[in-house]
Amino acid sequence: MIPISWILFLSLSLFSIGIFGVLARRNLLFILISLELMLNAVVILFIAGSRYHSVPVANSDGQIMYLLVLTLAASEIAVGLSLVIHMYRQHHHLDIDKLNKLRD
Amino acid sequence: MSLFILIFILLVGGLLAWFSERFDADLPKRITFISLLMCWLPLIPLFHTMQFDTESLEKSQWLINESYDWISIFNIKAHLALDGLSFLLIVLTLLMALVALSSAWHEIKKRTGFFYLNLLWTIAGVLGVFLAIDLFLFFVFWEVMLVPMYFLISIWGHENRHYAAIKFFIFTQAGGLLMLLSLCGLVGVHYQQTGLLTFDYTVLMQHPITGDFAFWIALGFTIAFLVKLPALPFHSWLPDAHTQAPTAASVILAAVLLKTGGYGIIRFVLPLFPEASVLLAPFMMLIGVIGIIYGAMMAFIQTDLKRLVAYSSVSHMGFVLLGCFAFNIYALQGAVMQMLAHGISTSALFFLVGMIQHRYHTRDLNKLGGLWIKLPKLSAFGLFFGIASLGMPGLGNFVAEFLILVGSFNQYPILTVIAASGLILAAVYSLLLIYKTFFGKINSPQDSKISDTNTKEWFTLTAMCFILIYLGLHPQPIFDLVPIKLMNIAFISSSMGVSL
Amino acid sequence: MTDYSSLLSLIPMLPLLSAVILLFSNPSRLWVSILAVGSITSVALISLFLNYVYWQQTDFILKASLGSWIDIAQLSIGFGLYLDALSLVMITIISGVGALIHLYSTGFMYQDNSFKRYFTYLNLFVSAMLFLVLADNLLLLYLGWEGVGLCSYLLIGFWYQDSSNNFAANKAFLMTRIGDTAMAIGLFLLFTHLGTLDIQEIQAKAHTVWSLSDNTIASLCCLLLLGGAVGKSAQFPLQNWLPDAMAGPTPVSALIHAATMVTAGIYLIARNSQLFQLAPDVLYIVALIGTFTLLLGASAAMVQSDLKRILAYSTISQLGYMFLALGVGASASAVFHLMTHAFFKALLFLSAGALIYSLHHEHNIFKMGGLFKKLPVVAVSFAIGCSALASLPFTSGFFSKELILEQVIASNHIALWWVAVLGAFITAFYSARLFFVVFLGQTQLSPNNNPTKAMSMTLTILCIFALFGGIQPTGLTTLMPPLSSVNLTFLQHWLPIILPFIAISVAWWMFKTNRFGKTQHSTFKDIHQFLKSGWAFDSIYNVIFIIPFKYLCQLNKHDAIDLFYRLIEKISSVLHNIFSKFQNGQLRSYNASLVIFCILAFTWFISGELIR
Repeated sequence: MIPISWILFLSLSLFSIGIFGVLARRNLLFILISLELMLNAVVILFIAGSRYHSVPVANSDGQIMYLLVLTLAASEIAVGLSLVIHMYRQHHHLDIDKLNKLRD
Repeated sequence: MSLFILIFILLVGGLLAWFSERFDADLPKRITFISLLMCWLPLIPLFHTMQFDTESLEKSQWLINESYDWISIFNIKAHLALDGLSFLLIVLTLLMALVALSSAWHEIKKRTGFFYLNLLWTIAGVLGVFLAIDLFLFFVFWEVMLVPMYFLISIWGHENRHYAAIKFFIFTQAGGLLMLLSLCGLVGVHYQQTGLLTFDYTVLMQHPITGDFAFWIALGFTIAFLVKLPALPFHSWLPDAHTQAPTAASVILAAVLLKTGGYGIIRFVLPLFPEASVLLAPFMMLIGVIGIIYGAMMAFIQTDLKRLVAYSSVSHMGFVLLGCFAFNIYALQGAVMQMLAHGISTSALFFLVGMIQHRYHTRDLNKLGGLWIKLPKLSAFGLFFGIASLGMPGLGNFVAEFLILVGSFNQYPILTVIAASGLILAAVYSLLLIYKTFFGKINSPQDSKISDTNTKEWFTLTAMCFILIYLGLHPQPIFDLVPIKLMNIAFISSSMGVSL
Repeated sequence: MTDYSSLLSLIPMLPLLSAVILLFSNPSRLWVSILAVGSITSVALISLFLNYVYWQQTDFILKASLGSWIDIAQLSIGFGLYLDALSLVMITIISGVGALIHLYSTGFMYQDNSFKRYFTYLNLFVSAMLFLVLADNLLLLYLGWEGVGLCSYLLIGFWYQDSSNNFAANKAFLMTRIGDTAMAIGLFLLFTHLGTLDIQEIQAKAHTVWSLSDNTIASLCCLLLLGGAVGKSAQFPLQNWLPDAMAGPTPVSALIHAATMVTAGIYLIARNSQLFQLAPDVLYIVALIGTFTLLLGASAAMVQSDLKRILAYSTISQLGYMFLALGVGASASAVFHLMTHAFFKALLFLSAGALIYSLHHEHNIFKMGGLFKKLPVVAVSFAIGCSALASLPFTSGFFSKELILEQVIASNHIALWWVAVLGAFITAFYSARLFFVVFLGQTQLSPNNNPTKAMSMTLTILCIFALFGGIQPTGLTTLMPPLSSVNLTFLQHWLPIILPFIAISVAWWMFKTNRFGKTQHSTFKDIHQFLKSGWAFDSIYNVIFIIPFKYLCQLNKHDAIDLFYRLIEKISSVLHNIFSKFQNGQLRSYNASLVIFCILAFTWFISGELIR
């Protein structure tokens, strides 16, 4: 088997790309995509962990975890995308810097 | 049951007044009038059965005593009781409520139902404060009387009403919070020292708590009442609240709410914390004297008529504080009398200011003047109450101030001499008030529509004049009603013959 | 012996009743006059009757009670009335002169619109004054004391549309209030140490509790009572309200500020004479104050040009004589002078009133002149009044003033005697000056109308009293320290008799050479101004008290204590502004702070793990 450190490295790079996307992109849709990327990065780690370190006997808990996360992500994206659609209809743009009406 | 009925009538009357607005705009004030009159019914038997002498009070301090279980986990009861002191203050409250109603009758035009709801609920809260003997219930009623007053000032007040209402609320709430903490502390320490968990005043009074903690708890209570009184460092809510409040609310504030502070000191601080009171007394008397002088000096420099009367209130209540902590029967009787007399004279002055403001739409002393020419009856009443305010013998304020000064002279002669100079300063601002408003040439523009006092106003003011003269010339029934001997207040005797 | 206590109770109640009736009703001028004058006249008749009853007896006491007032522990005070020789003299003067002045006022104030209000106040005043002199305890006396102060305030400011009248009224009330507060403190002290406020009990107890060697507290009490007396009787240092009080109607000046209210101080000290005997130092201070004031008043009266102000300063001066008499221990002669002064000063004020009425409210004597033939009744009254004031032989003023001077010698205060004699000289001088300038010489202003019948009648009656009223009231000497008999030297006996004539001649010379009314030399002008302003006391008090007080109040106009609370409010709003910057609606900054926090938290935990 390949060392776990390779998968860690993959996961970390995907996660940081995701964070970079959330912080640096202005379009709301891309922020949501980056958020998904972050979720998937973490899930790879879960699967790798269950593959390499599950005790007492190797099982597939990580993959089950992945299914849970997937469900969560899907419902969250459903709500998020419907909000994005409403936002777009309201403001005709999705620039997050301009969408700041929730301030004091 | 009759004491609960008393409060209940007002609460229900308030709700009825609120709902009746949708039927007829005039209905709320009539309902208020009827409920205030109905409140006298439970009290009428007392006038007959009450003996105006102290022998019949040998057995117990309380004339009526009602107690029901409420929150039994903490041994909190709904305990209301009436003795001579509360009776006097309740009579004052109901009379002043009628005066407030009289001034609001033609003055309040918008949202009248809600106005009378707040008015009646404030009065109900005050009656509860004067009657509650269970400390928790006392606190509940303390809060109840604040919230409707906030609304009264904030909605129907004058130009700066929001600032004044919030200031009033925060000050008195802070005091109330301190009182809640002290209350819990008192009950807790009492439980530790005697093993009895009780919120009941009569039980707490039998075993006053001792120790270091007692001093701080006493201080907490005292500060809460000082804010209401108002005593000097905590007085600055009063000028704004009184000035910005509508006339009816000013009358209730001056006549009744301020007295809850004095009542609290006499009822709770002095009997429950005898050692702490003795320790606190010199500072309290000093604060009282400074308040007298400070209030008078501030009153002198005001250009707003209502603010002047408000600061005169600060000055007069300084006398009450002085009297309460002098530990002397004369001073204490004087303090009670001052609460009654000041209630009537100052609320009459606010009533008059309200009348002037209603007619001329200004309170500025520089714009008023020469009112005697156009409004002789109003000015004559103004002269009378201005003179009462400066302590003219023959009226109630003099008897009160004289007794307080005689009593406190025994303890601290120098302080009393300084307080006596407050009499001169009282003359200074009262004469200023009279001269700037009623004498001199007419400053404000001539308006033929301005009328002198109408029948209702004349009747109210004349009644108050007679009460004040009665208090001044025949105060003995008041003195006989206050059950000093049974109130468990320690009196210090010093030098010759002035003790209990 | 029949009990006249119900008659006694009527005395202060009748004027009070008529005042209350006048307050609540609105009768015509005729009925107002009948009610007001009638009530005081009835009181006068009652007091004359009581005089008749007690004429032969010198040692009588009559008591009455109108009910109880305060009764707490040791303090037991009622509305008790007490009549003895002293109070009998006082009520006779008050009701007698008062009735005459009421009668006069019906003529003087007839044109005025507020006729009813005037008589309401005036009757209230007389009632309060009667309570004052009849009170058997000091608290009821204090009630009357303040009551007359109130009525004085109301009557000085009677014509309220003119603000200078209001200022004068305020000044009078406030200055007497200072004295009243001193007296109140004296009351506290007396009650604390003697346990009672009943006057006769105080006199008796004082001698058992204190003695001449142990008299600090007694002296303090007497000093404080003196403070009250000084305020009411316009003595130094509280004297400068009286000249300004002339802003009120002239009959008011006659009644209140000449015959009755200002004598309340003398009554107080005379009533408590046994208490004052325990404090000889204070009595000496009384004498000194009296002497100083009589000189002050006389010298100021010498240079005034306003008719009523001359009479006001003259009153201050004559009250000084009474204080001097009290101070040397001759209270009986002080009361005697009080009586004669009431007669001739009321006469002078009322004649001045008639003068002012006829000359259409002109007050300046230098605008008058040569009125002797035009207004004969007034002139004769003035002449009689001025001679009594100057204590020309065989007028009533002569007997009383000579008695005082005699008593001063008897008590061995020779220096005070010389000052008093100087004062007598100046008194005669300014009386003569007044008469000459107004009634002799060239006529400048012609009278518009003659005084009314009521006024003339009153003047005539008072003339008789001023001339023949020099009969010392009996019975006073049993109450008060007896007057000592003394052998006077030739100088001491004759100087006071001759001095008025010398003064009149000097005044005549100055009048004939036209030296009145003009001052050329600059230093004379300064002295003239100093004397005219009553020794500049108004300016002194203004600088010492009024200006600093107003400055202090003005400094604190916005309530320094409130600044603390507004500071708290300011701090919380500043914090609010700072913290609300964190909520800017920018999603990215929220995200960024989240990420940064997570990184920091991880670092914290991981470093904790690594260290372990």
